[in-house]
Amino acid sequence: MRRHGALGALLVLGGLALAEPVVAEGDIVRIDGSSTVYPITEAVAEEFQIKYRGKYRVTVGISGTGGGFKKFCRGDTDINDASRPIKESEREACAAGGVRYIELPIAIDALTVVVNPANDWVDCLTMEELRRIWAPEAQGKVVRWNQVRPDWPDRPLTLYGPGVDSGTYDYFTAAVVGREGASRGDYTASEDDNVLVQGVAGDPGALGFFGLAYYEENRGRLRAVPVRNPATGECVEPSVENARSGRYAPLSRPLFLYVNPERLDTGPAVAAFVDMYLDPELIVELVREVGYVPLPEEGYRLARRRVEARVTGTAFHGGAQVGLSVEALLRAETVD
Amino acid sequence: MQALDRSLDRVRAARRRDLLFAALALLLLFVASLVLLGLILDLVLRGAPHLDLDFFTSFPSRRPSRAGILSAWVGTTLVMVVVAAVAIPLGVGAGIYLEEYARRNWLTDIVEINITNLAGVPSIIYGLLALGLFVHGAGFGESIFTAGLTLALLILPIVVVATREALRALPREMREGAFALGADRWQTVAMFLLPAAGPGILTGIIVGLSRAIGETAPVITVGALTFIAFLPPSPVGSEFPWVNFDWLWSPFTVLPIQMFNWVSRPQPAFHDLAAAAGVVLLVMTLAMNALAIYVRYRARRMLG
Repeated sequence: MRRHGALGALLVLGGLALAEPVVAEGDIVRIDGSSTVYPITEAVAEEFQIKYRGKYRVTVGISGTGGGFKKFCRGDTDINDASRPIKESEREACAAGGVRYIELPIAIDALTVVVNPANDWVDCLTMEELRRIWAPEAQGKVVRWNQVRPDWPDRPLTLYGPGVDSGTYDYFTAAVVGREGASRGDYTASEDDNVLVQGVAGDPGALGFFGLAYYEENRGRLRAVPVRNPATGECVEPSVENARSGRYAPLSRPLFLYVNPERLDTGPAVAAFVDMYLDPELIVELVREVGYVPLPEEGYRLARRRVEARVTGTAFHGGAQVGLSVEALLRAETVD
Repeated sequence: MQALDRSLDRVRAARRRDLLFAALALLLLFVASLVLLGLILDLVLRGAPHLDLDFFTSFPSRRPSRAGILSAWVGTTLVMVVVAAVAIPLGVGAGIYLEEYARRNWLTDIVEINITNLAGVPSIIYGLLALGLFVHGAGFGESIFTAGLTLALLILPIVVVATREALRALPREMREGAFALGADRWQTVAMFLLPAAGPGILTGIIVGLSRAIGETAPVITVGALTFIAFLPPSPVGSEFPWVNFDWLWSPFTVLPIQMFNWVSRPQPAFHDLAAAAGVVLLVMTLAMNALAIYVRYRARRMLG
């Protein structure tokens, strides 16, 4: 009984100090989805809550891209954060739930291949070499650096990468191996990219990959490897500028927002939120601040136009697609 | 003489082994506590500079210096109220029934086996069960109430088993004495057994609640959020009847989720915030424990 008394007192205090007026149903924006996209959405939501304090409300979850689509296609949420395009099975689920969607690229994540700073031999990697390292056939076979390129030293090669549930892994395998979700299994996998940073930083023979932000925050402990762009033949460093200009390809991947078009019209909150999200004046700065690569401003303008015209459907026909520039994505034909 | 010498030797050897084992045990204890101490110290050292009033009264933010845990600690507190309100009566009641009332038959055997097995089920399974049962089946939605029920379910086996163990440890004479004085079964349980088993039951409850407060996976599954810049409706109002239960249906987040999110961010400043949130979680758990120890102490004194 005593326990309840004490907790009750705490609640009374908390409740009295922090009560806020209740907001009507159409004035709430429900967002869920990818934890990769979350920092951007959190930043926009924060600004949104400051601007519309007491008027509209935003909630953001991190069920993952797939878990988020489950809710989105049932109509539980208004917007889904996605670190990859919608999949075939999810399109069917949305069709079954009677939910349509507007697909909006909102930022770019440059997948960064990193090595230990003690590694002074790798100056550039080609996609073919990356494939040789990561392909399923390499399992147990490609274990030394000189097996990747003969003039590299005969030193052990250890690999670090995100777990198979992550969108980063999906995209990387699609881009490098050519088949989504196909890779060797004998590498150190972690859902927490900070663990990968630790691993590569402490292992002279290591090679790993993750989002650019994790490299940027650990510049002193890691070295990013330039990757040869197959279209131009030049070795390109992963950086915000190179990803934005499209030179860092094909390991730049777009991040998406999927918006339920009906909710844009049922209440003012969702429309106001999306409008703020695509405001080039604001979003470019926010995306940079949380460590991702903003689209060129033209990208946000095209995205806004897509929202105004209520263009639904996806420019992808299932699976992670590689090497498309964002403008090309936004100009592409969509299918529901 | 020789025989005596030999047996003395054996005794000495046994003593040496004893000493060796004790030393080894002590060493292990020392290592284990040192690791724990190191972890806590690291947490406190990294988190302490962020533990100011603003941290408790701010919502999440992209800027580490502005980010706080207001929605998280309020959510954790409210969810734990629901967990306690559901798991304690249900778990203790079930334990009493199984130990004192239930007849030994195949049905109780099945119930018993299931409860013991449930304690070993991964927590995410409870989340999935709750998603189907509470969120969609019962229509409770992604609310504080659902999260409370889910975590209550998760710790129910712990509470039930602890209650049963505590009751079983009581001497038979206690029950027989009560019956001899003319008490019926319920009077025996309520007036004699429960007070005597109280400390054991309480320990079980605390172990359960401490587990519930740190869970992440099942709460994410039933729809706990990460960014939420408003609080559930206040449980107390200015008009009659002064309490309301709207907060039960409110969206929410909890401390472990906020920590999880901060730990996985690239910026080191967020990792320090996660440490600070960890300290808060630790203090909340310790406070719960302290409260239980105090209650137990009072109960013992009253019995004595």
